Amino acid sequence: MASVVFYFQVHQPYRLRPYSIFDSGTNYFDDQANGEICRKVASKCYLPANALITELIRANEGRFRVNYSVTGMAIEQFKQYCPEVLESFVELAKTGCVEFIAETYYHTLAFLYRRDEFIDQVEKHRQIITDLFGQTPRTFRNTELTYNNDVAEVVEEMGFDIVLTEGADHILGHRSPNFLYRPPNCEHLKMMLKNYRLSDDIAFRFGDRAWTEWPLTVEKFTGWVDRINGTGYVCNLFMDYETFGEHQWDDTGIFDFLRALPASIIGTQKNDFLTVSEAADRYPAEGELDIPHMISWADTERDISAWLGNSMQANALYETYAITDEVRSSGDETLLEDWRKLQTSDHFYYMCTKYFADGDVHKYFNPYQSPYDSYINYMNILDSIRSRLP
Amino acid sequence: MKVLMLGWEFPPYISGGLGTACYGLTRGLDSVGVKVGFVLPVSIPQDFHSHVTFKTPSNISDDTVVKGKNKSLLRGVTMHVLPAFLQPYAGPEQYDQVVEMMKQLQPADENDYLPVGDILPGGEAVGYGGDLMEQVRRYASLAVKHSQDETFDVIHAHDWMTYPAGLAVAAYSGKPLVVHLHSTEFDRSGENINQQVYDIERAGLHGADRVICVSYLTRGIAVKRYGVNPEKIEVVYNAVDLEVKKIHTDPIKRDEKIVLFLGRITMQKGPEYFLQAAKKVLSKFDKVRFVIAGSGDLISQSVSLAAELGIGKHVAFTGFLRGDDVGRIFNMADLYVMPSVSEPFGIAPLEAMSHNVPVIISKQSGVSEVLTHALKVDFWDIDEMANKIVAVLRHPPLRRVLQQHGQIELRKLSWKDSAKKCKKIYTELVRAKKQKIHKRRK
Repeated sequence: MASVVFYFQVHQPYRLRPYSIFDSGTNYFDDQANGEICRKVASKCYLPANALITELIRANEGRFRVNYSVTGMAIEQFKQYCPEVLESFVELAKTGCVEFIAETYYHTLAFLYRRDEFIDQVEKHRQIITDLFGQTPRTFRNTELTYNNDVAEVVEEMGFDIVLTEGADHILGHRSPNFLYRPPNCEHLKMMLKNYRLSDDIAFRFGDRAWTEWPLTVEKFTGWVDRINGTGYVCNLFMDYETFGEHQWDDTGIFDFLRALPASIIGTQKNDFLTVSEAADRYPAEGELDIPHMISWADTERDISAWLGNSMQANALYETYAITDEVRSSGDETLLEDWRKLQTSDHFYYMCTKYFADGDVHKYFNPYQSPYDSYINYMNILDSIRSRLP
Repeated sequence: MKVLMLGWEFPPYISGGLGTACYGLTRGLDSVGVKVGFVLPVSIPQDFHSHVTFKTPSNISDDTVVKGKNKSLLRGVTMHVLPAFLQPYAGPEQYDQVVEMMKQLQPADENDYLPVGDILPGGEAVGYGGDLMEQVRRYASLAVKHSQDETFDVIHAHDWMTYPAGLAVAAYSGKPLVVHLHSTEFDRSGENINQQVYDIERAGLHGADRVICVSYLTRGIAVKRYGVNPEKIEVVYNAVDLEVKKIHTDPIKRDEKIVLFLGRITMQKGPEYFLQAAKKVLSKFDKVRFVIAGSGDLISQSVSLAAELGIGKHVAFTGFLRGDDVGRIFNMADLYVMPSVSEPFGIAPLEAMSHNVPVIISKQSGVSEVLTHALKVDFWDIDEMANKIVAVLRHPPLRRVLQQHGQIELRKLSWKDSAKKCKKIYTELVRAKKQKIHKRRK
């Protein structure tokens, strides 16, 4: 038996408005751009994909199961700009075939800098998921699957049963991502690792006509999943939800692929779909996985250099967390909220210079013309935040 | 392959980027095995007074251009100086003086002149030294005469003052002509163009077998404003010489940052935007000095503007700098700003970067097509210019990342690569010409 575990990441950052050193005022966010992008992605991805997933759960009589992590930033923007998206997630929750995963509410790198702030953000997310969807998350994923042993220890203490991360080659070695593992410093926490080859076949390569396996048919993919039988328990397909309709456009056939996949996988009689918790309950951890250094699912490096790879990023993050105590003890709720939204990892990703000259995926997601512009803008806003400290 | 290069400035006597570009390209061509015969007008030092000594071909190669180890670097390059004076930025007074001296040194010999046909459109060269057009004509006819004693495969002319010479030599020799567009009349003069200069540029661009533009920005102007067939245009970017001469600068203890403007102080270079931005910067950050290095027709206007804005004590004017002084000022600078209104390429930012100085460049420049690790602004957006100046001065990590990546990026811009592109163009033109002749013979 090989169980397919689909987990979709749903996130939208609060993009910052152009804020020069001569600006004053405390509205830091680009309401117009945020609204436009949110509505655009809703109509291209969230709404049609949610409708399709709902339809597939019904059609397969509950045997199709998926998992989501929806960030607090995405939830707030759905409320603000397209409430129908949030409603459709609530409908999905009611099917009983969907598990919601916890992370930092603000999609941040707080774990790297402040443990108390990190715990508060995770609790806040756990709370809103419980309130909105009527289920308390048992599973945790850190921002962009950043992970090390310390993350495991902290989230186990917080009461989570499962943690998700990247099945990076350099940590797995000869081992397979298709088993469950245990962190060396935990009692019961189970780790589930992204099968990045099969995940990226859908998320990145699906529409790539230069790829030797193009076009990716449901039959072919079912065959690849089926090969896991006997060599593993799970096939962890972790990806951005925007894969459907936004990263891979409708005309690549991505929705048709998703529509036909469940019946094809289930039709083998040997394989099924599970939520993360169901998989962790059914399968044992096969061994210990020691990950002392931070890994993530980003870029080919699978490390944190996309957010912390140059001095601007290091400086911006350092300066942001340098005022943690003052902000947290200020008693100013609006200030706390603004400061937390500034922690969203996307802001630091925009400052990445790694592939800037080559113009790749980093550019696609970047509202700025250059990483320098993004750093300058960010630091100006941080100045304004600092000026509001008591 | 040998190219007859027609230029009007060459180090050390330069007033702008053209001389630097010609020198870089010539060195690059030399390194890819193209022989260059470089033809120049007489060079007059910028700080010209009455003690002018004229350079002849023999002494120019001895003590200036090809000295020391450079001699071996420029094996395939010969320099020829023609007794004509092409100085577009010289005032009329200076012009008369030089022409007068030239007449004394070398009495006009009617045999020097060859009929070069009607290569110069008529009209007055308003705004330029009175005799400039006459000198352009003289340069052309002397170039033709010179070319008859020389063998070469292709002609390469740089900017409008040498286009008539290029056209004339091409007509006499039957060799293919490449014209290089470093700057157009629209860049220099905005919309108030000098019609005669425009006509010469147009004739050169249309008469050439191939046009080399220094950027896509300039290519666009050539197509739109001069009606040049886009198919015969190639873009070849300028580059930078990375062998920065180590210049000792005394470490002066200072708590002031230096923001540098270096270039001709003319409308094209946007000095007033630099000053307006400086005023804004000073409202946020006052430990800063703005240095304006260069000379030009807007200098006194700029001094007055600085005073009017009330920022006089934060602004320093150095006058025209050359040689080691350029390196010294770059070494002192914390930031270089090029606010050009219209800049076909703009080599100066590359020079600043080669001295490890971060740069802010206007988006209205050709160099912004090749640089990613530079800060970019619209020249008119003084708020944003000030915002970025303040950011560089206040945030050392920003400066550091710009420097680190800038160094890597500079290494991708080599004169050798630019020269290779030129060589390819020469080869194509020579081959096409041969085929044409071959066909005719059949």
